[in-house]
Amino acid sequence: MPSGTFTACSGLVVRLRGSSRIGGAVGVRWIGSRDLDLLEYQGKQLFAKHGVPVPDGRYADTVPAAVEAAEEVGYPCVIKAQVRIGKRGKAGGIKIANDSDEARSHAEAILGMEIRGFTVHEVWVERASRIDAEYYTSIILDRSEKKLLVMLSRMGGMDVEEMAETDPSGLIKRHIEPAEEFTAEAARQISIDARIDEDASDQVAELLVKLHDVALAEDATLIEINPLIVTSDRKVVALDSKMTIDNSALYRHEELSELRDRSAEDPQEQMAKEKGLTYVKLGGNIGILGNGAGLCMSTLDVVAQAGGKPANFLDAGGGAKADAIVAALEVITSDENVNAILFNIFGGITRCDEIAKGIIEASERIDLDVPLVVRLDGTNSEEGLRLLAEAELPDLHLEKTMLGAAERVVEIASG
Amino acid sequence: MAIVVNEETKLVISGLTGREGTFHGLRNRSYGTDVVAGVTPGKGGQDVEGIPVYDKVAEAIAERDANTSMIFVPARFAAAAITEAIDAGVHTVIAITEGIPVYDMLAVYWKARDAGVRLIGPNCPGVLSPGKSNVGIIPAHFFDPGAIGVVSKSGTLTYQIGNELKQAGTGNSSIVGIGGDPIVGSDFIDVLALFEEDDETELIVMVGEIGGDAEERAADFIAEHVSKPVVAYIAGFTAPPGKQMGHAGAIISGSSGTAEAKKEALEARGVRVGRSPTESAQLAVEAMRAIA
Repeated sequence: MPSGTFTACSGLVVRLRGSSRIGGAVGVRWIGSRDLDLLEYQGKQLFAKHGVPVPDGRYADTVPAAVEAAEEVGYPCVIKAQVRIGKRGKAGGIKIANDSDEARSHAEAILGMEIRGFTVHEVWVERASRIDAEYYTSIILDRSEKKLLVMLSRMGGMDVEEMAETDPSGLIKRHIEPAEEFTAEAARQISIDARIDEDASDQVAELLVKLHDVALAEDATLIEINPLIVTSDRKVVALDSKMTIDNSALYRHEELSELRDRSAEDPQEQMAKEKGLTYVKLGGNIGILGNGAGLCMSTLDVVAQAGGKPANFLDAGGGAKADAIVAALEVITSDENVNAILFNIFGGITRCDEIAKGIIEASERIDLDVPLVVRLDGTNSEEGLRLLAEAELPDLHLEKTMLGAAERVVEIASG
Repeated sequence: MAIVVNEETKLVISGLTGREGTFHGLRNRSYGTDVVAGVTPGKGGQDVEGIPVYDKVAEAIAERDANTSMIFVPARFAAAAITEAIDAGVHTVIAITEGIPVYDMLAVYWKARDAGVRLIGPNCPGVLSPGKSNVGIIPAHFFDPGAIGVVSKSGTLTYQIGNELKQAGTGNSSIVGIGGDPIVGSDFIDVLALFEEDDETELIVMVGEIGGDAEERAADFIAEHVSKPVVAYIAGFTAPPGKQMGHAGAIISGSSGTAEAKKEALEARGVRVGRSPTESAQLAVEAMRAIA
């Protein structure tokens, strides 16, 4: 079936297809993933902590602070937009300053600019590097093989994916065997096989071992450096950083957990985060609440098939209690585009009477002025349906099946 | 027969004395599962409604012949609990716990593999073989005994489809929730292989979702190794992919990980893929009629 059938994001799908698999990958997490993507400077600070060489740099979130940072690191320096999206340079988010006037004008231009939907709130000001060579390296958890994979190429830059296809020998890929240590010898062999310049080879090998340390110590499931440079005085330095931290391991990284709280982009998403809900805004007009990520995604699909546009993804999770339902309804209704809401609940661990209590409580505590279509099935559904019937809420529509509920909510939302 | 759990299952539950562990452990027992022991360090000698509690899994095996372990302990202790169960000598570990750090699971995955122990999960609803044994949190009353094997990444979606299969008068040999974490003990392929070997299973329903390439690899496996008919459902056609971080993910996979790509991969190998849980259940029921 054509992707255009699914109106909520067909544009996105087309864009991804049109860009030679960039983004179309195992590396793309589905929208419910809560893993933490670090900004470049946050990754570089972790690099520095573990002895991975990075250029001298300073953080700034105002123009005066950026100028001061530039004065400290010295000229020429580079002012780099800190956003969680690639190709910042092409969008004008990376600029070289040769004096404080240039630093000021670049900081003014970059702070507050939009890069593909992301507003720049922070910059990293870094001493400019003289570049002799640009390499590519990454360490990623290969889910299929259940092993860490180290990749290294002497051809760094934007076209590394294309090169991986057209000239696979240019990209060395080596799995780290789970029972074995990642030794300096193994790293040196990767460096030699990638035909890294001889005088930089040992430095690169040393860096690979340290990156592996960073991955394990910081619970990073992806670390990518592109480019990894050799400076004109033949030092190997990480000029960029992309890093993803495993959400489940954040409890053992207090500093990183704090970063998570600042990473939301959207007011509804921020609100959901504060309430501990998994919420993603999708831009349509039908609010969706399901229990379990799979059922919730399936609900989006069925609503789209019925001709509707989902406003959001909200997974109430397993065993949601009344409080969580009130919080969820607050988040969903704070999106002004929402003109109807679908509750699709199949209770396993979740009890439908708790869901019903949550809906009733929400109707008392918040101003619910949009129609609600509710489908409750599974554990304690009879009790839940009875509670809802007794409450006699205005504009509440009960449906028996998932498909029926999807059709009904689409009808109401468009009517 | 059925797979993973059956009449022979003697279950030891790590974390039985916790709130969730007690609730689901007792539910499993009242379904008919032979729950022989619980394990909570420091609480050996106690019991939970007649189920004896030990300090160690090894004691539960020595005293009560436990052969299968269910893990219900909090995430930060779960990897150690799985490791303990493997070392103690059970043949199967079913890990329900959600939120285990991925590198902890990586070590546990290889440990289980090297020891020849079947690991299901983590972050999964468990395994139900209707009429025989239920290990985990799957609400058993939505499923009847029958000939359809179900393997799924998602809990609630499985209940949705299972319930529709039941209403259509069909039933299940086993329902296996493999979990949706980056590292799971058993993948679609491992479970498909078990269903292929299982005498009671005549048809397999596979429930996947966006992300990773487990469904695509399952499609290849089905083409080569599975003679029984397979019907699939994939969730997430409308879900926009997350932001791509860098190039590494794209380089290591030949697949886009989208629902559409998974559907295409499966259909190219003769697997029928429904557009909704309801349609997938209908396809499964039709296919069963064709077999009969």
